[in-house]
Amino acid sequence: MTDNIAAIFYLISSICFILAIRGLSSPDTARGGNLLGILGMALAVGTTLALPIIVSYELIIAGVLLGGTIGTIIARKTQMTALPQLVAAFNSTVGLAACFVAAAAFYRPEAYGIGQFLTIKPGSLVEMTLGLAIGGITFTGSIVAFVKLQGIISGAPLVFKGQHLLNAALGISLVAMLGWIVFDQSERVFWAILAISFIIGILVIIPIGGADMPVVISMLNSYSGWAACGIGFTLSNSLMIITGALVGSSGAILSYIMCKGMNRSFFNVILGGFGADNEQVHVQTNNDKSIKSGSSEDAAFIMENASSVIIVPGYGMAVAQAQHSLREMGDILMARGVKVRYAIHPVAGRMPGHMNVLLAEANVPYEHVLELDEINRDFAQTDVAFVIGANDVTNPAAKTDNSSPIYGMPVLDVENAKTVLFIKRSMASGYAGVDNQLFFRDNTMMLFSDAKKMCDDVVKALN
Amino acid sequence: MTSQSVDPLTFGFTVLVLACFVGYYVVWRVTPALHSPLMSVTNAISSVIVVGALIAAGPMDSNLSQVMGFCAVVLASINIFGGFIITQRMLSMFKKKR
Repeated sequence: MTDNIAAIFYLISSICFILAIRGLSSPDTARGGNLLGILGMALAVGTTLALPIIVSYELIIAGVLLGGTIGTIIARKTQMTALPQLVAAFNSTVGLAACFVAAAAFYRPEAYGIGQFLTIKPGSLVEMTLGLAIGGITFTGSIVAFVKLQGIISGAPLVFKGQHLLNAALGISLVAMLGWIVFDQSERVFWAILAISFIIGILVIIPIGGADMPVVISMLNSYSGWAACGIGFTLSNSLMIITGALVGSSGAILSYIMCKGMNRSFFNVILGGFGADNEQVHVQTNNDKSIKSGSSEDAAFIMENASSVIIVPGYGMAVAQAQHSLREMGDILMARGVKVRYAIHPVAGRMPGHMNVLLAEANVPYEHVLELDEINRDFAQTDVAFVIGANDVTNPAAKTDNSSPIYGMPVLDVENAKTVLFIKRSMASGYAGVDNQLFFRDNTMMLFSDAKKMCDDVVKALN
Repeated sequence: MTSQSVDPLTFGFTVLVLACFVGYYVVWRVTPALHSPLMSVTNAISSVIVVGALIAAGPMDSNLSQVMGFCAVVLASINIFGGFIITQRMLSMFKKKR
């Protein structure tokens, strides 16, 4: 196959990828889009294998079989609640693969037509090492995100003195190295760049806490795209540049949406340590205020006699695996003529769209699942807001208390509902370390229990 | 200015900028409910890096570069298969009201 014909096939493949993302504009077209994505990838691989430069297939077939089997098993076995860490893990493999490709190109540049070993064209060298650096950061950064999400290490932000200074110093030395390798093309500098990137990847992610993970995952997703882009420049391959740019901009847009959902700037999230400096945070002590708590029977009675209920799920629902019990409860209520809907905050959960997937897994029809701006006005005309595993995203202090660390964050106006039922295991404050004023309102009833157990009990009480 | 006079870097940069625009408009149209599948599918397609890996693993003589190519092929394949399968699994759950 000549390079020109290959370029045409690569173009078709790029279009398939664009359409794969385009399909996600609606659940009806999304499955077809994914199939196009698979077709595009098959086309990309097939075209590459037909290039004259590839003459031995044993290693390739072995590699695809090995990787394909591992990937298939992981993707089939993983539970939907573990989705964020799975995405983080997959991200890390792209990052590491980019490093390997960059290294392969460095040691055998003639295969890619970019010069000879240690005399690579400066332009190609810069692109390659850029891909290497971003790949390295993506790899270790994603590993740290994975380890935090999986709960192997605490999700709490890890901050130490001089952290920003160290990061800045490493960042500057990385940039310096990238310039240096053009003048001193040696293996030493090449591997030093990779080592520094690995360290930066770790240090950038460790100060970021659990609830900021939606931003981190999106950001790492974006990086994996830019890494592919850098390698694409080295290979002068339009397909890799286009795909890398698509993935890169997708991740960047998701990061933006997540930051907006928390009313925080991107740099504020990345510099990290949110929730770690509690001594500066103004925490109200509400010991003198009283709360009302109720049982599952009370909750069942209230909801049964309501005409409309809005369920507000959060990360706690995922942790308790409560989505199936919750749907069962919703179904019984709907069968009794109660209008049941679900309200999703943009940053609920640990990755963008996390709650939507879990509710879909539990067979909740997607028409009943609404976004913040679609449903927020309706709370005022709603009898019951049922908050399960969410906390900060319902805190009215975000609207009224300008000393609160979450001030300005868009929240679900659950307090406007006639009754708020709030499932919580204890009176501990949410991730941001702020008390939720909602607990002390007259129209709030606290349901102290595990989220799943409470849903099961409500179902029992309803029957 | 003929096409021969354009540097590959400039050409690549043109493609990059145009692709960013396409990405911008396409991604903003994705419904928020499908943001998780968006992440997993972009994850899968970013493994297009496999193209570079195949070129490294494909030549006849074996050397260090080929071993690295092999490792990259394995990693990219994990991501391709895993990414598309998990996306399909997620999307198959989004159903309409019965």
